[in-house]
Amino acid sequence: MSSQALQMPRWMDLVLLPLWNLLIALLVAGGVVLLIGASPWQALTVLLEGALGSARGLGYTLYYTTTFIFTGLAVAVAFHGGLFNIGGEGQATLGGIGVALLSLWLGPKLPAVVMLPLAVAAAALFGMLWAAVPGYLQAWRGSHVVITTIMFNFLAASLNGYLLVNWLRPAGSMSVESSDFAPSARMPAIHELAASFGWELPSSPLNLSIVLAVLACFFVWWFLWKSRAGYVLRAVGANPSAAHYAGIRPRWQVLAAMGLSGALAGLVGINEIAGVQGKLTLDFVAGAGFTGIAVALMGRNHPVGIVLASLLFGVLYQGGVEVSFEVPGFSREMVVTVQGLIVLFAGAMAMVSAPMFAKLYTLVSRRARQAEGKSHG
Amino acid sequence: MDEVLIGSVLASTLRVTTPLLFAALAGLLSERSGVVDIGLEGKMLAAAFAAAAVASVAHSTPLGIAAAIAVACAMSALHGFACVTHRGDQVVSGVALNMVAAGLTVVLGIAWFAQGGQTPPIDAAQRLTGLLPQWAEPVPGSWVASVLGHGLLSHNVLVYLAFALVVAVWFFLERTRPGLRLRAVGENPAMVDAAGVSVPRLRYTALMLNGVLCGLGGAYLTLAQNASFSPNMTAGRGFIALAAMIFGKWKPLPTLAACLLFGFLDAMAIRLQGVSLPGIGEVPVQAIQALPYVLTVVLLAGFIGQAVAPKALSKPYVKER
Repeated sequence: MSSQALQMPRWMDLVLLPLWNLLIALLVAGGVVLLIGASPWQALTVLLEGALGSARGLGYTLYYTTTFIFTGLAVAVAFHGGLFNIGGEGQATLGGIGVALLSLWLGPKLPAVVMLPLAVAAAALFGMLWAAVPGYLQAWRGSHVVITTIMFNFLAASLNGYLLVNWLRPAGSMSVESSDFAPSARMPAIHELAASFGWELPSSPLNLSIVLAVLACFFVWWFLWKSRAGYVLRAVGANPSAAHYAGIRPRWQVLAAMGLSGALAGLVGINEIAGVQGKLTLDFVAGAGFTGIAVALMGRNHPVGIVLASLLFGVLYQGGVEVSFEVPGFSREMVVTVQGLIVLFAGAMAMVSAPMFAKLYTLVSRRARQAEGKSHG
Repeated sequence: MDEVLIGSVLASTLRVTTPLLFAALAGLLSERSGVVDIGLEGKMLAAAFAAAAVASVAHSTPLGIAAAIAVACAMSALHGFACVTHRGDQVVSGVALNMVAAGLTVVLGIAWFAQGGQTPPIDAAQRLTGLLPQWAEPVPGSWVASVLGHGLLSHNVLVYLAFALVVAVWFFLERTRPGLRLRAVGENPAMVDAAGVSVPRLRYTALMLNGVLCGLGGAYLTLAQNASFSPNMTAGRGFIALAAMIFGKWKPLPTLAACLLFGFLDAMAIRLQGVSLPGIGEVPVQAIQALPYVLTVVLLAGFIGQAVAPKALSKPYVKER
């Protein structure tokens, strides 16, 4: 995820390149749709209609967006600290476990105004701790954070399965999930809130977590670019040895970057477990941790870009479900393919298209300067 | 009944170790040349799908295996194009390959076969079966037939190929000139370049060998272990193989030992379900399944021995100008 300094204006780097990468990914995906004998145009219209054409569809889209904002921010914060956190999946799982343990314990005793902030804190804390261990191992023991976080994803899935099967599953229940939380531990759904103000909205999983996601965006922006701690974190990410000379201890910054990253990923637990499920389930993260990588790459690791990229993936995920209902032979895994292609083109092959644009820009600007020179001469 | 138990545990250990071994050796070749391969999982998955799709439609085992190898090599080549030629991030590229494979296998499977992502079952004639069918089941009362026969000699050709490849990879890396160069390019590419040997060519060679092995590992899953492809059937085997390779310190023989250990744990996990062990009590299945990952994390952290990665691993090579 490194980029060399290339000669090009900011709008090209921040707007044109992501759009170009998206276009290529969509073109390849369109080719796959043609290959399986469906019409890409029909798929696209059904996708947009399904994701944005109705209040219900929009609710689902924004619900997916909420989760992707959390995981996208998580990847971005780690990236600014010079780390690649592939462990969003596991950290989100732990966040959900934290929410569930607290809600099952205190949910029946506490009112929602106390319970929900505590649940948010538990999600962040559990995610933070799960990410801090790989951070510590990288900073002090020299094991690479990429490998460790991959391992921790599997460990989180095992832990979740163990807790559900052996401890949290109600006696006599066949399905592997915990008992339902008390109503005070449920994040209120937007359509319920709207109904209490007399505004009828179709039911969707969209809940108050989206407000939390927006707050998280503002916090990450403030932290990274306006706070001293964020400056230190970015300094280490940009050049650890220079930061060390400037009196910063890089090890603690690795820990801080991973901790904050994990806390953000852990908040997925609020949206999925407290907001939608109302109980702990197996595999509720469902790949969102990996979608966060694509989101951060598309969003250029900036909160504004991450919100836009999360919306894009929200549209793809919700629309993809609709397309799989409407278009025969089409499956929603197409979205995972598109996601992979975006990571490929915007991430792994970023150095293929960026130099091309830089060259093009240099060429055009030189032409323009020559033309200007002639008209003045 | 001990002989039946030992024989069948031995046999199932070897069976589940085989795909791990193919993938771990594939990862080893790539990483010793300095290219990180997180994409083992995706390559095996795509290869498994290709093998099942072609073998069930064309009714040919060799064509199935060839398709698996071709698909895995194509993905390795893409990895090389992004990371060796254009110096992209190797981890990101691997993640992308995994996602594309997880998505595309299901998309194509549903579109072509309309069975919820599964391929049609492969005919018995096209499946790889044991070379010595008389030992397909352990024989109570006979140690020779149960342990030696069923345990060691009842397997299909890919199982023996995987174990033979451990020796072959060791010999290639440690005793041949191209193998020496491949190791050197993972430690000090500038030196290899200065000696007049092309760094990209060596890394692409390693990636192609990696593709062949991933293809064999994937083909094993659908042609030998199961009779058809089902979505996400690799189920983390690529990552277990990655862990085994790290646990084996990027060396062929220790990697074999790690694969056997992880395969044994996998084979035992099913048998130990609900069984109370003396002195320990009942061990949760999840704990046994998680053990390979725990061991790898602990080893990497330097708490048991030290695993030192190739020096130039994950660093794109920029030729000096």
